[in-house]
Amino acid sequence: MLRIESLSKTFGKGSTNEKVALNEINLVLQEGEFLTIIGGNGAGKSTLLNCISGVYEIDEGRIILDSKDVTFAPEYKRSRHIGRVFQDPLRGTAHDMTIEENLAIAFAKGKSVGLQPGVTKKDMTLFKERLALLELGLENRIKQKVGLLSGGQRQALTLLMATLIKPKLLLLDEHTAALDPTIARKVLSLTRKLVAEEKLCTLMITHNMKASLEYGTRTIMMHEGKIMMDLQGQERKDMTVDRLIEQFEKRSGAELDNDRMLLG
Amino acid sequence: MSVMVLMGSFELGIIYAIMALGVFISFRTLNMPDLSVDGSFVLGAAVSAVMTLSGHPFLALGVAFIAGCGAGSITALLHTKLKIQPLLAGILTMLALYSLNLKVMDGRANIPLINKVTVFSALQETAIGDYSKLVFSLAVLTLLLLILFLFLKTRLGFVLRATGDNDHMVRALGVNTDSVILVGLAISNGLVAVAGALIAQSQSYVDVGMGIGMVVIGLASVIIGEVVFGISSLLRRLIAVVLGSVLYRLIIAIALEIGMPATDLKLVSAVIVALAMAMPIIKKRLSVVKRKSSLRGRSKKTDA
Repeated sequence: MLRIESLSKTFGKGSTNEKVALNEINLVLQEGEFLTIIGGNGAGKSTLLNCISGVYEIDEGRIILDSKDVTFAPEYKRSRHIGRVFQDPLRGTAHDMTIEENLAIAFAKGKSVGLQPGVTKKDMTLFKERLALLELGLENRIKQKVGLLSGGQRQALTLLMATLIKPKLLLLDEHTAALDPTIARKVLSLTRKLVAEEKLCTLMITHNMKASLEYGTRTIMMHEGKIMMDLQGQERKDMTVDRLIEQFEKRSGAELDNDRMLLG
Repeated sequence: MSVMVLMGSFELGIIYAIMALGVFISFRTLNMPDLSVDGSFVLGAAVSAVMTLSGHPFLALGVAFIAGCGAGSITALLHTKLKIQPLLAGILTMLALYSLNLKVMDGRANIPLINKVTVFSALQETAIGDYSKLVFSLAVLTLLLLILFLFLKTRLGFVLRATGDNDHMVRALGVNTDSVILVGLAISNGLVAVAGALIAQSQSYVDVGMGIGMVVIGLASVIIGEVVFGISSLLRRLIAVVLGSVLYRLIIAIALEIGMPATDLKLVSAVIVALAMAMPIIKKRLSVVKRKSSLRGRSKKTDA
């Protein structure tokens, strides 16, 4: 479904602040695969997702999505096949518009945007059905502005919007990091449910090592712009958090200094 | 205040409300300060004057709208394609329009339309008679407001509102925000130009400098409307803009009535907008001062 070939990205090329964010990344994802990504700060996790979604132009390499080369496609065009949830709950929804209006924009993905009615009665029924899946009671608040929702509710709504039209790829960039633990767990289990239901090919960045093994079907660890560990199958099943940390330190030759990653 | 003055204020308020709706789209809906308004207002007026002179006062309104759309598109392209900041993009368009407007006006700095048939004088013959200005302007405003309201309820309208709210989200949902901004600024400046066209025919006179400060007046109307009439729903917001525009004209009329020289008009407009924009901060400061003084009062009592 997704093929990344020797992808490289350097920020501030030629300046004193030059930073190699991604260094010849190769990655192939099969249909229905759920990949979790871990790594310290500056490892290149978010940059990788932003390169896939087209926020950043890449320096070298190719990105192939569903056997189409999208390396040079603009962000908005790729978005028609990619669902995204950001770390910041404010980024995924329009706060001054109602829940229903937000969903309507998500539902229009890939369709022509013109003078047709924004929401129809038929859409409404579907929206309410989907909202009920969240078990947050949002189906009864469909005419309320999104600005009135909590961060967790907004994130759950964003997740729903990202998958309302089945994407070929779902990108989750630490989408529970800004939430309190209870609601974070809820959003995570909701993620698992939606991904399983639609058999979505998913990339999820997480700062939580335990979650990285608990969720998904495959885990990669990144360090300094490279993939330094790729766990799948039996090897992943046998992996524990302690051994993961041990492995990380051995392979990177660095102490794991990210408290957040350990505590999470 | 005489009935004449009152009616004049209403007429002006209604025509300028069309412009304020345009400013509402750029400033509020798209969240983009667009200063090309000062130029596109005169562009509409100039087009209107030239076409009125050649005997097409009604057609002039439509042509003015299209010309305004063109001006707005230029600002949008400067911003989206050449990545010029919105503020500067608007100023560049405004500056360019000054020369362009003179070209439209055939090199003259002003055009009088005395004794020419305008939309208003043409309608004076009909049953509405002396109220032609008020009635026709109100009809145009109502029509445009209704179209705008329905437009903002379409899929494109949704996307337009979302772009001003959160452009990241709109791109993440597969829509090209550059095109959305183009459509938004085109409609915005189109409305502004229609207002300019109506003002030109209403006062039977066009001056190349008549657009100075229009963006401020539009903004004043939007903010006064929001403060006085609320923002609870979309329709209410649009109507608030209209009422804000009328209220602004009444404030100006009262100020003139109590002896303010007409030359101070722009100064007063600027002060009104500055005050209105500072309202939230002023309210906050006042409540802090109140809390402080009440605390001080209490501590004095405990001292005693």
